[in-house]
Amino acid sequence: MIAIDKVSKWYGRTQVLADCTTAVARGEVVVVCGPSGSGKSTLIKCVNGLEPFQQGSITVDGVSVGDKATKLAKLRARIGMVFQSFELYPHMTATENITLAPIKVLGRDRVEAVARAHALLERVGMREFADRYPANLSGGQQQRVAIARALAMEPIAMLFDEPTSALDPETITEVLDAMMALAQDGMTMIVVTHEMGFASKVAHRVVFMDGGRIVEDAPKAEFFDRPHSPRAQAFLSKILRH
Amino acid sequence: MQHYAWNWGILVTQPYVFWILSGLLWTMLVALAGWVLALALGSILGVARTVPNRVVRALAAAYVEYFRNVPLLVQIFLWYFVLPELLPEGAGRWLKRDLPNAEFWTAVLSLGTYTACRVGETLRAGIESISRGQTSAGLSSGLTMAQVYGYILLPVAYRVTVPALTSEFINIFKNSALALTIGVLELTSRTRQIAEFTYNAIELFTCATVIYALISLVVTYAMRIAESRARLPGMIASQPTDA
Ligand SMILES: Nc1ncnc2c1ncn2[C@@H]1O[C@H](COP(=O)(O)OP(=O)(O)OP(=O)(O)O)[C@@H](O)[C@H]1O
Ligand SMILES: [Mg+2]
Repeated sequence: MIAIDKVSKWYGRTQVLADCTTAVARGEVVVVCGPSGSGKSTLIKCVNGLEPFQQGSITVDGVSVGDKATKLAKLRARIGMVFQSFELYPHMTATENITLAPIKVLGRDRVEAVARAHALLERVGMREFADRYPANLSGGQQQRVAIARALAMEPIAMLFDEPTSALDPETITEVLDAMMALAQDGMTMIVVTHEMGFASKVAHRVVFMDGGRIVEDAPKAEFFDRPHSPRAQAFLSKILRH
Repeated sequence: MQHYAWNWGILVTQPYVFWILSGLLWTMLVALAGWVLALALGSILGVARTVPNRVVRALAAAYVEYFRNVPLLVQIFLWYFVLPELLPEGAGRWLKRDLPNAEFWTAVLSLGTYTACRVGETLRAGIESISRGQTSAGLSSGLTMAQVYGYILLPVAYRVTVPALTSEFINIFKNSALALTIGVLELTSRTRQIAEFTYNAIELFTCATVIYALISLVVTYAMRIAESRARLPGMIASQPTDA
């Protein structure tokens, strides 16, 4: 479904992605981890064209992201994205956050869109907060609304960029639970996270990045039991010690 | 001063009271029409100053530099006296002779285009204060850049800049007095006219001062109500700025 082939990217003269190659099959959950600054966010932002890249190719469901002829807005409408800092629109209620794109991009009828938003809020356990503004929700609640907002576009795949890094430890589980449910429903997901518990439970594969390169790309069991690269070993032992 | 013939009654004497009222009406018309133009053009400028396209940003910056740095009075004279000479003969003649209420429209145009550069800078600051993640979130859901501005960035920018926009709105009322220089019979112009007839300058200019102050007060109060309605939930109440 998502094929990343020899992708390289530079910011000015500094290279931030080097020859990255990996693929995500339909229904697969891939966790991306690695030290800070290793290019994880940059890589998933390339997948939906939020960041341009200079070399290589990425195709999503057969559509080439880097191709100038590709209508990026159209492609992005089919890929959901969830951010570390939630990024709910502060002047809109939870429901309005969720219905904006379905109404404006897909041309959905408002009543229908609201009904669907409420169903999605139900699904992430947020139905009773439908009319709250983001400022009046906790971090975990905001992130669950953000997940519902992404789902409202009926995406073929979801990208998560450290969805729990900005959360209090107590609220991390409520977001991870929502993501796990999604994975069990067969959603195709790329998840940048350091939550190894989540990775070991729901990931099919783990991609480990360092210095803009994909150093390790292995099935979950293999990654946790016998990581090949010394850097992944060091990273794992550091993370798992906590 | 000993010989000054006080006469507060002049303010309610016919026909002067109607002159004052019609002056007030023109002041309001000039300011309100100018504000509509300023808000529309200022929104375009605020957006143009922040878009990724460099050429658009440079053009908007040039606009702002020109309108911010040339004295408003000179701008009014340029629109009124110089522009008709620069236009092709037919258009110039139409502006000078045939356009009904040419002074009024010139005043609206001058005040509107000048205030637009200030509104534009205010909105630019508002837009720049919004995290880039909001744009990413909008784009990633399939919105176009234009939709991101229309539904997310501008609505938030208006809300966070209400106090500064209020000052600009009050300024356009005060600046509208300059319209008298090209013959608009607005409040200041009428006041001066009556003062010349009656020699009651103190009463008349006191009256004009009070009217301008009242306008500022009413606008400030109305905007404070509007602000509390439009305020982003969770945002700390901003202090009203002095106008
Ligand atoms: N706009 C930018 N301009 C220049 N360099 C950038 C820019 N954005 C990111 N970088 C650099 O690109 C590299 C990769 O950044 P990226 O955000 O993808 O890392 P990351 O793996 O997501 O890190 P983190 O775990 O801290 O989120 C970093 O060295 C960063 O400094
Ligand atoms: Mg990151």
